Amino acid sequence: MSRQTTIAAGAMTEGGAEPILSVRDLTKHFPIKKGIFGRVGGAVRAVDGVSFDVAAGETLAVVGESGCGKSTTGRAILRLIEPTSGSVRFNGQDVLALGAGELRALRRQLQIVFQDPFSSLNPRMSIGAIVREGLTIHGLAEGAAADARVKQLLEEVGLRPEYASRYPHEFSGGQRQRVGIARALSVEPKFIVCDEPVSALDVSVQAQVVNLLQDLQRDRGLSYLFIAHDLSIVEHIADRVAVMYLGHIVELAPVQAMYSRPIMPYTQALLSAVPAPEPGVKRERILLAGDVPSPANPPSGCVFHPRCQHPARDAACAAIVPPLEEKAPGHWAACIKQPPSVVSWEAQRAAGGTNPPDFYLPVSALHRSADGAPRAHAFTPPR
Amino acid sequence: MTAPPLLELDDLHTFFYTDTGVARSVDGVSFSVGAGETVGVVGESGCGKSVTALSILRLVRAPGRIEPGSAIRFEGKDLMTLDEGEMQHIRGNRIAMVFQEPMTALNPVFTVGEQIAEVARIHGGMSRKEARAKAVEMLTLVGIPAPEQRAGEYPHQLSGGMRQRVVIAMALVMNPALIIADEPTTALDVTIQAQILELMADLTRRLGTSILLITHDLGVVAENCSRVIVMYAGEVVEEATAVELFGRAHMPYTEGLLGAMPRVGGESERLATIPGTVPPPTAWPAGCRFRDRCPYSWDRCEREHPPLYQIGAGHTSRCHLAEEPEHRNHPHPPLAAQRGASAA
Repeated sequence: MSRQTTIAAGAMTEGGAEPILSVRDLTKHFPIKKGIFGRVGGAVRAVDGVSFDVAAGETLAVVGESGCGKSTTGRAILRLIEPTSGSVRFNGQDVLALGAGELRALRRQLQIVFQDPFSSLNPRMSIGAIVREGLTIHGLAEGAAADARVKQLLEEVGLRPEYASRYPHEFSGGQRQRVGIARALSVEPKFIVCDEPVSALDVSVQAQVVNLLQDLQRDRGLSYLFIAHDLSIVEHIADRVAVMYLGHIVELAPVQAMYSRPIMPYTQALLSAVPAPEPGVKRERILLAGDVPSPANPPSGCVFHPRCQHPARDAACAAIVPPLEEKAPGHWAACIKQPPSVVSWEAQRAAGGTNPPDFYLPVSALHRSADGAPRAHAFTPPR
Repeated sequence: MTAPPLLELDDLHTFFYTDTGVARSVDGVSFSVGAGETVGVVGESGCGKSVTALSILRLVRAPGRIEPGSAIRFEGKDLMTLDEGEMQHIRGNRIAMVFQEPMTALNPVFTVGEQIAEVARIHGGMSRKEARAKAVEMLTLVGIPAPEQRAGEYPHQLSGGMRQRVVIAMALVMNPALIIADEPTTALDVTIQAQILELMADLTRRLGTSILLITHDLGVVAENCSRVIVMYAGEVVEEATAVELFGRAHMPYTEGLLGAMPRVGGESERLATIPGTVPPPTAWPAGCRFRDRCPYSWDRCEREHPPLYQIGAGHTSRCHLAEEPEHRNHPHPPLAAQRGASAA
């Protein structure tokens, strides 16, 4: 069952700002082939109806556990894999309708930085050549001008310009990730999809790369789609956060609201599971039972219902697909048991519901106490 | 400190003889683990924490070698003096290991029940039937639902968290005195990590097993360990109780690690960084090995290799600041940062 497009363009940015990227009902189903004739016997619903907006200069983080579809979402936006359906608009352009030439032109503005700094750089190319490739392909600079630009880019990401003639194996993980960032920056993009850019790095190096990404954003007004599983990094870098579970966005909110007053029970459990570097402080922890179900055979209704800790969980949760709805200004969540919801109690009862919706917030399990209503987030899009 | 500790490393040196020189991966490490204690070893890639773990079990392969003069005392025996047969008995019976990646620790062509039963037959001398029952019992102990059915499944049929539970079940079969867990939750998602750490804490409470928990994640250490050992460049650079370490870190490297870590609920705008990189293990610098990356270093740090100073009860730090604390008042950009564009 896929949801109708009900969310207007721009409705999902902070304060209704004009989005640079607008994604609606994006799906990616990977067919499961059976037998020697490759008969399609089902589909892995990796991304199953995802909608969000990113404003210019904003960082939207997408978090979730392995297999939730966050990386697939990032790649589908860039059309590194072709989405099954949905729409992606970048700067008003319909990305999914573009031909090969137009797509290449688009990728000047829309770049990606990959997780693994070891496999994402060609070992046979010097890092100068790696950074220069984009300049050549897009016809931005040639000859001495290109050399100068490469050196400038390397300096900008904190590498020495004379490193241009060296090869990737001569560099550490953090340095390689800087090369990956310089390569993305070479074509002067407006938007970068960062796919777990610091997950493979040690803590101290991770901090260097995070600071670099923040500096570049400030200086160039970049927008980021920051895909990550580390919730502490995300709180540090993001303006808004989208939580994914089994191919769905289950919650989307400004970072402070998300961390102080998570609405969706899955987000609550996720936040409670983060180990806190405060020895002696014992927090309650929401321990989820079992594992994430297979995306080839997702649960009916709310995909999280078999593991959900909400006290009002009932048969209606297994029957009704919860819409991603705005529960508080700018705070979207998909849960029919957390009021307000467009799915009325009457409708829930008709679907077998026995427990009326009742707001649930396990404060003692979260890292900081809830401070009442979500605060207005101090995000101002650059002019 | 009346009873001797369960495990005691004394001046452990493990070197690797490579084409590019001798890598002094573990270079004079001493620490102990008491009975029933959970001790954390933290440090970044290449600090020598995993090689330390392998050395305890004498699993270092050529070109690596545990150098003469190293002592590994366990339950009153020096493991360095045992022959391979006696060592086999220690491994699995008294000390068990849990690795980072459960898929590589399990054999893909045997069911998980057979693999657990194998431990019980080889190390415990049980019959096939007893061993099978034991396997089911262990799977129950580590909280695997429908253990009888799961015992007949292959590793690929289980999720990552389930596999790690199976590996822990295998480690516990002979009720060892010590479990060495090398990044046991690094490959797992955060909610599954919470399950596994809860399980390990519960098992130590019930069985009294000691755990040496090797990790890079300071949050995991804070929540699970009573004592923490920080390693850098093949050495122990700081040791303290967890509360002491997170509240009053002394060694600038430890401070740097804590500052570089974003915290959920933290307010800081910009993360602290440690400029530069760990030097290669084939060429540790003379003097303090952290000097180039340290904001307080002075000429003494270049001349003199710092010993582990006792700076409080159960708190040691490998930093000359213990003797000359006034240098803490004059922070400067570390040499690694001064040398121009940083090298991440």
